[in-house]
Amino acid sequence: MASGEALTSSGYIVHHLTNLKVGAGFWTFHLDTLLVSGIIGLIAFLGMAKIASKATAGVPGNLQSFVEIVLTFVDQQVKDTYHGRSPLVTPMAITIFVWVFLMNAMDLIPVDFVPLILGSVGVHYFKAVPTTDPNLTFAMSLTVFVIMLIMGVKVKGASGFLHEVFCVPFGAKLAPLNFLFRVIEDVAKPISLSLRLFGNMYAGEMVFILIALLGIWQLPLALPWALFHILIITLQAFVFMMLTIVYLSMASESHG
Amino acid sequence: MDINATLFGQAIWFGVFIWITMKYVWPPLQKAIADRQALIADGLAAGERAKHELELAGKRSADSLREAKGKSAEIIAAAEKRALMVIEEAKQVAKVEADKVVASAQAEIAQQVEHARAELRGRVADLAVAGAERILKREVDAKGHAQMLAALKQEL
Repeated sequence: MASGEALTSSGYIVHHLTNLKVGAGFWTFHLDTLLVSGIIGLIAFLGMAKIASKATAGVPGNLQSFVEIVLTFVDQQVKDTYHGRSPLVTPMAITIFVWVFLMNAMDLIPVDFVPLILGSVGVHYFKAVPTTDPNLTFAMSLTVFVIMLIMGVKVKGASGFLHEVFCVPFGAKLAPLNFLFRVIEDVAKPISLSLRLFGNMYAGEMVFILIALLGIWQLPLALPWALFHILIITLQAFVFMMLTIVYLSMASESHG
Repeated sequence: MDINATLFGQAIWFGVFIWITMKYVWPPLQKAIADRQALIADGLAAGERAKHELELAGKRSADSLREAKGKSAEIIAAAEKRALMVIEEAKQVAKVEADKVVASAQAEIAQQVEHARAELRGRVADLAVAGAERILKREVDAKGHAQMLAALKQEL
């Protein structure tokens, strides 16, 4: 158990699921989410930028090959799904896949490691998995949502976009109904996108915490769940990326 | 589940990472991959070309081989002809030479025969004189006989 104040099971769970916060009310910042996601992202993307800056067209090194394999895999998904021409879609898909995958992978660090280490230096609350914070998932999905709207307007023009909002699928006579449908459809996208990732990772983390409560029995259980979780980590990163691509492709293609 | 200002921080991180990927990660890698594809395509094309050229070279070498064979056969035939001619010429030259040698030998023989005949004439004359001396057993006017014998020699 991480600290003296959390000796009961529910106390232990709550302790592990409480963020490191500064600020009050709405202007609260979850430092753990911001720091972990930021550091992971900086390492991953600056590292990839460094590898890319030294990229050679000749025989690639091991790191370059690895990065190329991952990135061309993502690019292939984009090419298969998104048929428009936008310099943004592939980098965005890459960012989502790599970043979400790495943040999810923090889940594989045993649940007591980070709180134990940070607890010894006086930091009592720390959630190491940024994707279990809905702020992060909503931030990502809302950013995707905004880009989706901008892309829709850019590709179809303001009038085309408005036409689509008010006149599809039932024609101009039922404009309010069309608008209502469109709002529901569009609002559902970021919500489902972010809640899916958040829910999966939160539940996975919860299972890890519950397993950690089993005492000696956690030993045979934590490993299978971690192995299984590798699947979820990859799958959720892939799903988030894939749905983003699909939404962007829907935004840049005419509904009729 | 509390939504708060962390949202903005995360959105900023997300934007920053998209920007890094869009500016510094994807374009250079994409370029490297495209360049490599071009390189490989060029290499394959070059290989194909080289194969074609090899085929052509094989054909060319077979052609030149055949040509050389024809030429060499021609040269051999010419050489044989020439050799025959040379032999013929040599034969002719030899024949001429032999004729010459034979002629000169015959001339020499004739000369020697002549010479021997002259000598014989002298001897026969001497012998005749000696014989006559003996037969006559008398003094002979050697001078007068010599003149007579010389006249006789000329008739012989």
